[in-house]
Amino acid sequence: MSQIISKSAKMFTKILIANRGEIACRVIKTARKMGILTVAVYSDADANSLHVSMADEAIYLGPSPSRESYLLAEKVIEAAQRTGAQAIHPGYGFLSENADFCRMCEQRNIKFIGPPVGAIEAMGSKSAAKNIMEKAKVPLVPGYHGEDQSEAVIKKAADDMGYPVLLKATAGGGGKGMRQVWSEAEFSEGFAAAKREAKSSFGDDTMLVEKYLTQPRHVEIQVFCDNHKNAVFLFERDCSVQRRHQKVIEEAPAFGMSEELRNKMGESAIKSAQAIGYQGAGTVEFLLDVDGSFYFMEMNTRLQVEHPVTELITGQDLVEWQIRVAAGETLPKTQDELFIKGHAFEARIYAEDANNDFLPATGKLNFLQPPIENDFVRVDTGVRQGDEVSVFYDPMIAKLIVWDENREKALQRLAKALSEYRINGVTTNIDFLYNLATCPPFINEEIDTGFIEKYQNEIFHNDEQMLADELPMAALYLVLSLESKAKQAAEHTSDPYSPWNNTNAWRLNEAHIHHLILAHNDIEYPVTVEQKRQSSDSYYLITVANKTLDCQGRISEDTLHVSIDGYRSQATISRNGDEISLYRQNGAFNFTYIQPDCGNNDIDDANGGLLAPMNGTMVSVLIKAGDTVKKDQPLMIMEAMKMEHTIKAPSNGIVDSLYYAEGDMVDGGSELLAFTTQD
Amino acid sequence: MAKIISKINPRSPEFIENAQAMQVQVDDLKEKLKKIKLGGGQRSRDRHLSRGKLLPRDRVNALLDSGSPFLELSQLAAYEVYEDNVPSAGIITGLGRVGGQECIIVANDATVKGGTYYPLTVKKHIRAQTIAQENNLPCIYLVDSGGANLPNQDDVFPDKEHFGRIFFNQANMSAQAIPQIAVVMGSCTAGGAYVPAMADESIIVKEQGTIFLAGPPLVKAATGEVVSAEDLGGADVHCRTSGVADHYAQNDHHALEIARTAIANLNRVKPVAINIQPIQEPEYDSNEIYGVIPKDSRQPFDIREIIARVVDGSEFDEFKALYGTTLVCGFSRIFGYPVGIIANNGILFGESAQKGAHFIELCAQRKIPLVFLQNITGFMVGQQYEADGIAKHGAKMVTAVATAQVPKFTVLIGGSFGAGNYGMCGRAYDPRFLFMWPNARISVMGGEQAAGVLAQVKRDQKDKLGETWTEKEEADFKQPIIDNYEHQGHPYYASARLWDDGIIDPAETRQVLGLAISASLNKPIEDTKFGIFRM
Repeated sequence: MSQIISKSAKMFTKILIANRGEIACRVIKTARKMGILTVAVYSDADANSLHVSMADEAIYLGPSPSRESYLLAEKVIEAAQRTGAQAIHPGYGFLSENADFCRMCEQRNIKFIGPPVGAIEAMGSKSAAKNIMEKAKVPLVPGYHGEDQSEAVIKKAADDMGYPVLLKATAGGGGKGMRQVWSEAEFSEGFAAAKREAKSSFGDDTMLVEKYLTQPRHVEIQVFCDNHKNAVFLFERDCSVQRRHQKVIEEAPAFGMSEELRNKMGESAIKSAQAIGYQGAGTVEFLLDVDGSFYFMEMNTRLQVEHPVTELITGQDLVEWQIRVAAGETLPKTQDELFIKGHAFEARIYAEDANNDFLPATGKLNFLQPPIENDFVRVDTGVRQGDEVSVFYDPMIAKLIVWDENREKALQRLAKALSEYRINGVTTNIDFLYNLATCPPFINEEIDTGFIEKYQNEIFHNDEQMLADELPMAALYLVLSLESKAKQAAEHTSDPYSPWNNTNAWRLNEAHIHHLILAHNDIEYPVTVEQKRQSSDSYYLITVANKTLDCQGRISEDTLHVSIDGYRSQATISRNGDEISLYRQNGAFNFTYIQPDCGNNDIDDANGGLLAPMNGTMVSVLIKAGDTVKKDQPLMIMEAMKMEHTIKAPSNGIVDSLYYAEGDMVDGGSELLAFTTQD
Repeated sequence: MAKIISKINPRSPEFIENAQAMQVQVDDLKEKLKKIKLGGGQRSRDRHLSRGKLLPRDRVNALLDSGSPFLELSQLAAYEVYEDNVPSAGIITGLGRVGGQECIIVANDATVKGGTYYPLTVKKHIRAQTIAQENNLPCIYLVDSGGANLPNQDDVFPDKEHFGRIFFNQANMSAQAIPQIAVVMGSCTAGGAYVPAMADESIIVKEQGTIFLAGPPLVKAATGEVVSAEDLGGADVHCRTSGVADHYAQNDHHALEIARTAIANLNRVKPVAINIQPIQEPEYDSNEIYGVIPKDSRQPFDIREIIARVVDGSEFDEFKALYGTTLVCGFSRIFGYPVGIIANNGILFGESAQKGAHFIELCAQRKIPLVFLQNITGFMVGQQYEADGIAKHGAKMVTAVATAQVPKFTVLIGGSFGAGNYGMCGRAYDPRFLFMWPNARISVMGGEQAAGVLAQVKRDQKDKLGETWTEKEEADFKQPIIDNYEHQGHPYYASARLWDDGIIDPAETRQVLGLAISASLNKPIEDTKFGIFRM
């Protein structure tokens, strides 16, 4: 603690946070703790956001799209000047790695809480960054990018780096002209094939070769530098679990790290930072091979989304460090004073449909109840119940961070906290995260960047066998919750004890049977629940696929306690309308309670318009007003969160008029075009 | 309250034998109903389904609130009555919760003779309406019927309690603010067209429901006009042009959903103006009723053993326990509702009849529903009893029963013979509901007695003529009479003709009574004005 300098005269009294959502809230919290006033900025969509209400002051920037608000450097700086903020914290994303913005801050005499312009610029270009790192002797993925394209030269390079190697077309993309070569003997054949493919696909057969990492892990080092030539690293984070290059669950420390490797990587990271004269918080990302060799990927010149896992294992507040360093103080700790304590995980809770290729979801958070925060559980969020998850920004709802003394315990905490997270109104990835956290390969540390693809079946419970207990549990839950709901409703009537209040499906002279249809992964399962009574206790004969189980159960709070053929267990249950999630030791199971099909309630059928399936941007309009189109012909392409969605003609017909042009933002549910059906 | 202490030992051989005998009868009932509940034959069910229609029982299930009980009425209607097999008389009726309200549901079964109305179909439909009217319950008609069964038109069309009464009832219930909702899910021809037309709100399923006074064949015959059923009276015609129907449904499920919404929008509140208490299960298992009822119907048993297995907490506060002991009267609760129970414990004497009349007066004044557990061979006969005025004492009880305005519920748990049936609130005395156990028997007198009386008359005639009549001849004379009484007094025979509202499993008596009492409370209990009691 000796190095922490009491608040100096230079410490800011007011800072502006040029960001929104959870990170803005996160920064405000630390600033408040340090006695610094905060200024928020906001767009139309965020006028009633949490970060605005938390800040001492707030300045309106502009309309909802970020290019008209949060990305307007000039407006942000004006806001700082107008409010007298001495520094700007950029958070992550938006302007955080924008060298021009950083330069503008400098020119206007506002401290940018982040690295100097030069460092941002140096890391801005990936190839330039690699050159700098190469010079600084930071290991890079071995490769040959030379102009000499003779097979002998390229093969020599491959032999030198060791197999397997990856041959890539310089002009390539989408896997075309790419070849894995597993041994020296296969080289010639693979080289020829790759060249052929490259030639035909791109008209250019220039090849490069890189070492192929079969099971790479994404391990990154948190570094911190001040402007007194001090630099430390705050250990590593493993962010290998990714889907579509987006991190899903991060942890610190990385499993299986030796002290030696950690120090080697740490020193390398510091070297990287120093090579570009770094200041503040930075992250150096490496690929870590199974054999312990590691290679520089890139350096992020900002605070990372996943910084909280580092905070929880080191006990440090990285935002506080950022502010102190920016104010000119020395680093709060020296390397010798930093230790790893325990293990932390972060799970990113997103509004997205994990079962539908992670399609982003939007909507209103009708019900939002995070797990209770304590020494083990932390929730970083920027939304409140009733808020809208809009198309304009990243659909992240919250970061759930947990800590415990070792990986196993921390992972249990993570699963439990996920099962307690309640969000209604918006589809979320909570079930998916829970499945990740509870699937054996994850627990057993069999993790690399291909994890989600490799273990799909385990993660999504694609195997029907696994539902033997879960289907009856979900059915029992439905019947029991119907019962308790009816009981509650009856209490407020003039006739609270009437047998008509019962929901036991009682029938004269026949069995009392509930017929339910539950869907799991889009497969429908008919389930019957026969309600029986023995003296005053109810029990249920639940039949799925000709197998009948004798079940009993009760619901207390969110937990379903069951006995299935004498086997007693429990599950945490979360219900969102007709969606029911069961959280069990072996994973999360999502069922849809299928209601009878009431047909298309719209009396006027297909004639009329086509509605936007989600909020997004109109990427391209493929037809003109007046065009005659065929059923299923693509009409428009919308994009939301990096995913394209094609709007097709519902039937043969004529497009009467178009309501959106390319580049327009579209709200989900809005009418896209007028359409008349023709036979 | 006082608890009944059972003196029955469920491990005794008699108990076990009794229970087995009852089990056989209950099993037989359920076995028969299993077939009846299928409705029409496999082929007509398949054809029905292939048109995208739900089977009538599935329609009822989909209409009811999730998990709602359904108290079906007269499941055995028309059982072995006609030459044709007409399961449940081709119509499903009953009480269930819809949109939070207890409702009467009447659903045609088009898989049974096209849902046409046999005489007993009409009787069953009208009985359901009567229950609705007496208990102030909204009516939902799921219509899918070809109208009157033409070969039986003389017993279906012209009389007071025939087809026309259905619409008379609809109009009058509507006038009494008892909602009438019709869902047209199939044909609705001729008179049937008035069901939706006279409803407060009507729903029609597209491409399934049709409403017209005359179908395409009759139109062609009458005017030469050729028109399809859909164009003549389909959903589009009636929702867009004629206004005969109010709501356009895409399919059966949609139509039923609209009906549920219509009921939920009624703005009705159940006026429960009696003292209710939390429910207590009986101390003794209801299933033990099986063993309490003697295998041999001539054996007496203590009716309190039955009461103990029906009422809340087996608690029963007996009235005049030491007087007129062959009639047991007292206060109890069923599902928390206060009830006055009147139960036979032997033949009716003058004292028991007076006690019964007194007890009915108490309940009528206090607005306590009455439950009759009927097991009666009749009033006592003989010179002494006639001289004591058994007729006027019996008349007091019959007067009290007839005029009491509290809801009355009757369960025939054993014999129901002669004037005992009247005093114990038989069908003619307008109990809100009347159910039978499978072991019960109903007739003007017992088969033995009837055969004895007729044999005596015959012997007197023969004596006058000086003819002889051997014991053997007398036995041969009596046997067919006994057999016929047994046949006609059997619950299946009775229930088939709607002399009751259904045969119930004795173990379910508490449940059935609870549902019935609760439903009856939809109508405020009126003040009673008794007739003249002959003193």
